[in-house]
Amino acid sequence: MFPVKELKRSALISLWFAFLTFPIMVIKVDPIERTVNWRWDNLFFVALGSFVVSILAKVYLIRKERRAGLKKVSKAVTEPFVQRILREPRFLYPLSIAVLIFAISFPFFFSTYQTNIMTTALMYVVLGLGLNIVVGVAGLLDLGYVAFYAVGAYSYALLNLHFNMGFWAVLPIGGLFAAFLGILLGFPVLRLRGDYLAIVTLGFGEIIRLILENWNEFSKGPSGIANIPRPGFFGMEMNFDSGITYIYYIVVALVVFTIFVVNRLQSSRLGRAWLALREDEIACQAMGIDKTKTKLIAFSLGAFWAGLVGVIFAAKTTFVNPASFTFLESAIILSIVVLGGMGSIVGVIFGALILILMPEYLRALSEYRMLAFGGILVVMMVFKPDGIISNVRRSYQFKKHSSTAE
Amino acid sequence: MDYFIELFFGGLTRGSIYALIALGYTMVYGIIGLINFAHGEIYMIGAFTSFIVATVLSIYGFPLLAIVVIAGLAAAVWSSAYGYTVEKLAYRPLRNAPRLAPLISAIGMSIFLQNYVLLAQTSDFLPFPALIPEFEFMEPVAHIVGSSDLTILVTTAFVMLGLTFLIKFTKIGKAMRATAQDKTMAVLVGINVDRVISATFVIGSALAAIGGMLIASHIGQINFYIGFIAGIKAFTAAVLGGIGSIPGAVLGSLVLGLTESFATGYVSSDYEDVFAFSLLVLILIFKPSGLLGKAETKKV
Repeated sequence: MFPVKELKRSALISLWFAFLTFPIMVIKVDPIERTVNWRWDNLFFVALGSFVVSILAKVYLIRKERRAGLKKVSKAVTEPFVQRILREPRFLYPLSIAVLIFAISFPFFFSTYQTNIMTTALMYVVLGLGLNIVVGVAGLLDLGYVAFYAVGAYSYALLNLHFNMGFWAVLPIGGLFAAFLGILLGFPVLRLRGDYLAIVTLGFGEIIRLILENWNEFSKGPSGIANIPRPGFFGMEMNFDSGITYIYYIVVALVVFTIFVVNRLQSSRLGRAWLALREDEIACQAMGIDKTKTKLIAFSLGAFWAGLVGVIFAAKTTFVNPASFTFLESAIILSIVVLGGMGSIVGVIFGALILILMPEYLRALSEYRMLAFGGILVVMMVFKPDGIISNVRRSYQFKKHSSTAE
Repeated sequence: MDYFIELFFGGLTRGSIYALIALGYTMVYGIIGLINFAHGEIYMIGAFTSFIVATVLSIYGFPLLAIVVIAGLAAAVWSSAYGYTVEKLAYRPLRNAPRLAPLISAIGMSIFLQNYVLLAQTSDFLPFPALIPEFEFMEPVAHIVGSSDLTILVTTAFVMLGLTFLIKFTKIGKAMRATAQDKTMAVLVGINVDRVISATFVIGSALAAIGGMLIASHIGQINFYIGFIAGIKAFTAAVLGGIGSIPGAVLGSLVLGLTESFATGYVSSDYEDVFAFSLLVLILIFKPSGLLGKAETKKV
């Protein structure tokens, strides 16, 4: 079944990787003691590992080709299983209710630690959905999304510090601050095309972080702001555990609210304008859509959600410092959107849960988890570039003939 | 005045290092329209390879000149090998994928390579051996312009000349320019586009490796994380000059280096990166396609 030629190829590949990783994997120098440590065993592992992986990849490709050959005719008609469920309301509604019940009962069945991790994951769901408006729906590549998140977090931290304002009062204010900043940033960058926009937003995110880091009088610099109070519930005193559970419910409520709003937005006039803008700007303008206004709304709405989550983040960790808002954070949120499937709400939810929960549960691998994270991003993109669940476009069809049509 | 000249040369040195990295970004972008986020990591790997080779050789007592040459060659060879492999594994399968997919793949690759070096080597800052000697003829001006500044400037100038020659007069350079202009047309006239793209990655990576070795020896220490910030700065420089344009990348890098140098010298060193990014935002607002970029008019 497996041709010798392929074995030879795999052997060559493993030789190549052995060469490639030679200086960094094998040699370890101690420049102070002036000793060299030759770790030849690593070379062997790399060669063996790449040999096995290349054979597995080849087997996978051969199988895929064979399947593609068999299914050439039927493939065009059959929809992926997940998409069929998403399209049918009679499956979708019970399923979402079941998920909601699971989410609500989650703290009763799992420990505080698990609840805390889940809260983080759900916060990223909201961040992902917010960025999805900008990147997935409106097609504006934003690499500095974390700036708005930082603005939300710092507006709670600072307003609480100076004016003693509570969580619920700051929550909308933080969102609005971020949205306002989104407009402010949006104005100058709207003229830029795709990748220029990406780098400017990246620069903007870095500027915000650096200002927070260096302007000591304003933000207390790199040491950050500690002792931010957790949210209150009509003045009720809460211990640590119930505080965590309470935040969890706030985030669940926010997720439900976000999904509702984003879903309604996508089928609104504005949402269709965004889609049109993503597909073709010139045609979109010709149809009488105000380009500037539409883009600005996308920017500020996306930023708004980041601001809200930022406030919750500050309340959850009770501590903010600029190190939480690096470019890596933006990259992770962007990966959530793209990995999940651009423009698809369910996809983004899955993407966030996978990407945030995976490193948490990969803690067993401890130091290898970021390596695995990077590797998985690459592998996922290579094998499924459309994301886990690609967007279902709203379309009309005749139900009765759907199996025979086309 | 001395201070001004010192800052000026400091800026030029910085700018030429950015230029060596930015060229890789701009060439790759010009040909396949991809922001190669892993390029900063390639630069870091180049610096690490030269660090390892140079230290090993100095332990075994090789003369300085041999160390410099061998370490430089090793850095260039291995960085190119990494660049080639990254392209083949992470970008080539995504040639026809949605626009953002290769970008995410690149971000993943960047995280992967960073952690690979972190795990295989160390997370500490390592002292880089001084590869550039103090020249005697530089003695009178040594307090303003160091020998390593001069070496970096001269090396960069030579590398740029070589690159210009390569792009303008050789067969592969012609093929690269053709591919950048129109990929389909290039295929039709018999250019092996895959090979051209590989060559672009190899050349860009080798340049970044030279930059990595020079800057590491200039600063005197390295770490697995150096690639990230250098990569972002170099990309900023490439965009500043107009991405896709090779002279633009050099000009943008020099402007960025000088801005940073003067801003840190005369204003405040805390806000070094803020100045760099503010400059970028300002230039892009007034000239959206960068300093030397061609304004693209899209025909319908």
